Amino acid sequence: MENAWIIPLFPLLSFLFLLLFGKKLKENSAYVGILLVGVSFVYSLIVLFERFTQPTYKAEGTWLSIGDVQLTAGFEVNQLNALMLVIVSLVSLLVHTYSKGYMHDDERFHVFYAYLGLFTFAMLGLVLSPNLLQTYIFWELVGVGSFLLIGFYFFKEDAKKAAKKAFIMTRIGDVGLFIGMILLFWQVGSFEYDEIFAAVEAGSISAGMITVTAILIFIGAVGKSGQFPLHTWLPDAMEGPTPVSALIHAATMVAAGVYLVAALFPLFTASETALMTVAVVGAITAIFAASIGLVQTDIKRVLAYSTVSQLGYMMLALGSAGYVAGVFHLMTHAFFKALLFLAAGSVIHAVHTQNIEEMGGLWKKLRVTGPLFLVGTLAISGVPLFSGFFSKDEILISAWVHGNTALFWLAVIAAFFTAFYMFRLFFLVFTGEARKEIKHVHESPAVMTLPMVVLGVLAVVAGYVNTPWFGTFLGDWLVEGNEALGHGHVEGPAWIMIVATLVSLAGIFLAYLMYGKKSLSRDWLSSRAPVTYSVLYNKYFVDEFYELTIVNITKFFSLFLKYIEVFIVEGIVNLVTQFVQTFGKIGSRVHNGQVQMYGTVAFVGLAVLFVIFAVTGGYFG
Amino acid sequence: MSSVPVSAYLTLALILFCIGLYGALTKRNTVIVLISIELMLNAVNINLVAFSKYGANPGITGQVFALFSIAVAAAEAAVGLAILIALYRNRKTVNMDEMNTLKH
Repeated sequence: MENAWIIPLFPLLSFLFLLLFGKKLKENSAYVGILLVGVSFVYSLIVLFERFTQPTYKAEGTWLSIGDVQLTAGFEVNQLNALMLVIVSLVSLLVHTYSKGYMHDDERFHVFYAYLGLFTFAMLGLVLSPNLLQTYIFWELVGVGSFLLIGFYFFKEDAKKAAKKAFIMTRIGDVGLFIGMILLFWQVGSFEYDEIFAAVEAGSISAGMITVTAILIFIGAVGKSGQFPLHTWLPDAMEGPTPVSALIHAATMVAAGVYLVAALFPLFTASETALMTVAVVGAITAIFAASIGLVQTDIKRVLAYSTVSQLGYMMLALGSAGYVAGVFHLMTHAFFKALLFLAAGSVIHAVHTQNIEEMGGLWKKLRVTGPLFLVGTLAISGVPLFSGFFSKDEILISAWVHGNTALFWLAVIAAFFTAFYMFRLFFLVFTGEARKEIKHVHESPAVMTLPMVVLGVLAVVAGYVNTPWFGTFLGDWLVEGNEALGHGHVEGPAWIMIVATLVSLAGIFLAYLMYGKKSLSRDWLSSRAPVTYSVLYNKYFVDEFYELTIVNITKFFSLFLKYIEVFIVEGIVNLVTQFVQTFGKIGSRVHNGQVQMYGTVAFVGLAVLFVIFAVTGGYFG
Repeated sequence: MSSVPVSAYLTLALILFCIGLYGALTKRNTVIVLISIELMLNAVNINLVAFSKYGANPGITGQVFALFSIAVAAAEAAVGLAILIALYRNRKTVNMDEMNTLKH
């Protein structure tokens, strides 16, 4: 555990190595990436198992000292960090493996692996950081990795725009995080998590300040985790290659926002307002994104909205003081959502389209992908015995016990939506007849299916580490030795579990009637409530709204600034250059090589000196 | 003799110096420039002699100094003319405008 700092360095090494030698290695780059990330994963596992028996380990050194203030850098292995290390390195390893098949024959194959290495490095560094400043550095690095990977197909206009959008939207959130961070530093005099928590506990920060900083930091999490109202970048980010969507936009980076709130959890629990904000934003995002997911036709976009919705669930859990529920769902979601994305990638790989209206009847053709997709779908829908069931249940109980009744019902409805749209996706893609003739449908190679099998197994069994029936190992372990994080297990009324099960089964049944058995007309909603359908299909017009207001205002303002730039700033600069140029020209004309000219200049200079001497009475200056 | 004030000598020297300076700075012919420089030197000599007679500490030193100055000027003129001839042999001209190699 003392050497945990080395874990992020392996992917960094992979990045640097592939940057230098990738061109020569070509597709062999994959082996370098897989091997190095594999080492990281194995070491993360060792650290996790060590953490089961040993206390939290923290090592730091002074990085900068400014006056009395010392900024430190180091790493910390606590329960949350150890768990995140394993999740990140595992998903990254599987995505590295999967990409070998998916990105096959791509011209910039090695660049892709280099970027994956950079991203994995940043993400692992993020979860090891013991202070806010270091977190922020890696937080931005993660953003860079995401930007590079979304824009990997930069020759596509959409991908280019999506990459820019993702970067700018998350930056908006980061401004909040940055201000919150500086406020905390101002109040506490340190970026250290431990010292911040100590100051919060000792009451040396006023209650209002705690609320403000917590909400500002939450704004950063909102940007990164695609919460309403900064969610619009995440569905657009689907322009990136599908393995990237699985790694960054499902399992790891978008979970960084949830991780940040979890890592600063004692700060949030100190302010009821901040907790409430987190819960409300989470619940609204959950139902908002789920309702959009109901009508989308792009397989990756449905999954993207589902990710936004599930992240909303996690935020709802954290906002309801359900630390364990939030982290637990983060873990199970990482597995089943990565599985769904990889399976979706496998489908896209097979049929070369993302439009689910053009698919159908793939169950018989994709004998491995189909069942695995079904496993992921069952897990996310919250069907009993799958991992999503247990974690979603924890969240619902947390919300109920914390007294957020309205939010609880919103979450239940979102769960219904989730089950419905996921099975809509499943039935449209895998059952029925092919709606469009697609030639050469083939199952993906083993290098792609193997990671999916691993994730499929995890999507089923990951839930059993924390169940009300067999014990709450994960929960007890997560909060061990830290009362500020709440209880390992929250007792709730038993009917919640039944309601959750019924709701998800109802969603599945409705989807079956509509898309499986087709006894209910598919355009039931669009014919009966065309306005609602149109609003949902156009994602509540949020993008259009932003375009009309913020983007236009910004454009207008920047036009204004541009004119200031052109006429005033450049005008002054031009004046200065003109002046210097004229002066220089005169000077160069004097230097004509004639002694007489030099003599004249010397004489004139002497005369001028005499004049000054006479006028000032013997003093210069 | 003593009716001529010191300022008259100085004015003469000043006029002579200015004519010399003007010639040195504007004439195109190198020989004229050399002559002009001689004029400036002689203006200085007039000053020396004038002050040796009417200065704060009158004495023979100033006149001796002027003699030295004339001797040195003669040597300088000889060297100057020698250089001028060497230059003329190289460039086939004594026009100042064409002597701009300092530029390079």
